[in-house]
Amino acid sequence: MQTNILEYLEKTVARVPDKVAYADDKTAIPFRDVYHHSRSVGSFLHARGIYREPVIVFMKKTPMAVVAFFGVVYGRNFYVPLDDEMPRYRLKLIMENLHARAVICDDKTKKIMEQLEFQGDIFLYQDMTEYQEDDRELQKIREEALDVDPVYVVFTSGSTGIPKGVVACHRSVLDYVENLSQVLGFNQDTVFANQSPFYFDACLKELYPTMMFGATTYIVPKPLFMFPVRLVEFLNEHQVNTICWVVSALTMISSFGTFDTVKPEYLHTIAFGSEVFPIRQYHIWKEAVPGGQFYNLYGPTEATGMSCYYKVDREFAPDDVMPIGRPFKNTEILLLGEDGGQAREQGEILIRGTAVTFGYYNNKEKTDEAFIQNPFNPYYTDIVYRTGDIGRYNERGELVFVSRKDYQIKHMGHRIELGEIEVHANRIEEVRMSACIYDEENSKIILFYMGDVTAAAVMGQLKEKLPRYMLPNRIEPIDQMPFTANGKINRMALKELIKEEE
Amino acid sequence: MDEILTILQDLHPDVDFESCDTLIDDGILDSFDIVTIIAEINDEFDVKIGAEQIVPENFNSAEAIWELVRRLEDDE
Repeated sequence: MQTNILEYLEKTVARVPDKVAYADDKTAIPFRDVYHHSRSVGSFLHARGIYREPVIVFMKKTPMAVVAFFGVVYGRNFYVPLDDEMPRYRLKLIMENLHARAVICDDKTKKIMEQLEFQGDIFLYQDMTEYQEDDRELQKIREEALDVDPVYVVFTSGSTGIPKGVVACHRSVLDYVENLSQVLGFNQDTVFANQSPFYFDACLKELYPTMMFGATTYIVPKPLFMFPVRLVEFLNEHQVNTICWVVSALTMISSFGTFDTVKPEYLHTIAFGSEVFPIRQYHIWKEAVPGGQFYNLYGPTEATGMSCYYKVDREFAPDDVMPIGRPFKNTEILLLGEDGGQAREQGEILIRGTAVTFGYYNNKEKTDEAFIQNPFNPYYTDIVYRTGDIGRYNERGELVFVSRKDYQIKHMGHRIELGEIEVHANRIEEVRMSACIYDEENSKIILFYMGDVTAAAVMGQLKEKLPRYMLPNRIEPIDQMPFTANGKINRMALKELIKEEE
Repeated sequence: MDEILTILQDLHPDVDFESCDTLIDDGILDSFDIVTIIAEINDEFDVKIGAEQIVPENFNSAEAIWELVRRLEDDE
């Protein structure tokens, strides 16, 4: 039985050592180099006594960063992908949570890490890959390794203003990758174009099946997602046949009439998730890629990646909502009703199975709130993840996403706690009170604030604290916050304000 | 031109759009901004920006965006 994600790499390198595994516009790395360089990285860390602990990978989004991930795992450590585009303040919060002793940087990111006053060792990727592979030690490490060892920690938005690090183990990743690959039909001829940043679980969909099948992943240069014609040309140039992207990346292409100029020529598998795909946009895609198979995916980081899928098998009217379908094999969905009983039609989505992760790193309190005993099983320990998402079954028995229970939103494919934005706005000295709402219709985050300070200054301060995708799209000063009868900020009234303006 | 500046300043009140001519090159605008700017321009000027016009050269400065809008208005 396979117990370690690296077994994928070891089988593949024996079969297709010279094939390109990961590439961007500057570098293409064959499996042979992925294998040897990651073993060098693992040996290097081991020689320095870094073992069974978090190792931060703070590198530009390149094929080398992927090698660093696997290298960390070779040393039986777990990688934490961070990005130099994250605000310094956020990086500091994450590092305080981790207490990592080692970080891997490249030439470009090393300076930034030094400025952050990182307490541990900063290693250069280049030096690590030149280190001699220690076959005997690596063998020993593997013999002791367990499938419940963590593979990575990725950080998500937290309502208290502190990001939460989700810990996933080999067993969960294997379970997810196997079942996802089976449904989406990945194989050695699959050519992926990666869109997701490496600090999100979404990139697992390309990085791991590539290693599993000996497929190839092209990392799409980020600016291309602003320029749709060039993006489709990129897909054609590299003969990309499979994409698993956030909905906003797909609609950016379809909504500007890109397909009048250029159509994807090789694409046959199109998976999307994180948000509802507007049917009108889906139709444009369907017309441009008539032979393509489309998949709607759903799942939280806390259950490794995606938990449910719907293989599009029928026509949809513009007002229809595409279902999220059914759980992947070896995953169960339970609906928790408002009365605390098991709901048959509509309720909060609970996820059960091997893909449910270990919770949040160094944060027992938050873990216990969301990773709970299965409320329908009083007999033995049985942990389920409580998503906070409301789901219902349609007349066909397919699961449909209804809404969030709280202030968490999905914006441009990113999961955001509106509360986290408010926490930082409220910390600005001149801001007396703030409230964040989401204008679903126009997909905009709007922050209202009371205080003697300009919107520009508020934005300037927020930029220091929040990642780009969490910044409000509009900031509005307000003389008096509306309140509800029991003294809470009346978010509905704020939403009405926005509507009146239109 | 003022309308363009207003649209841009709504997105990033802290950026000096009158002088900056590296909006794309320096990563000041991202894909979300581009989508928003195009939608607002479509509303404001009654022109349609097609995919072939969405290239870096047309979005590097407020001036470049304004030129693009003027070209499109002339075409109609």
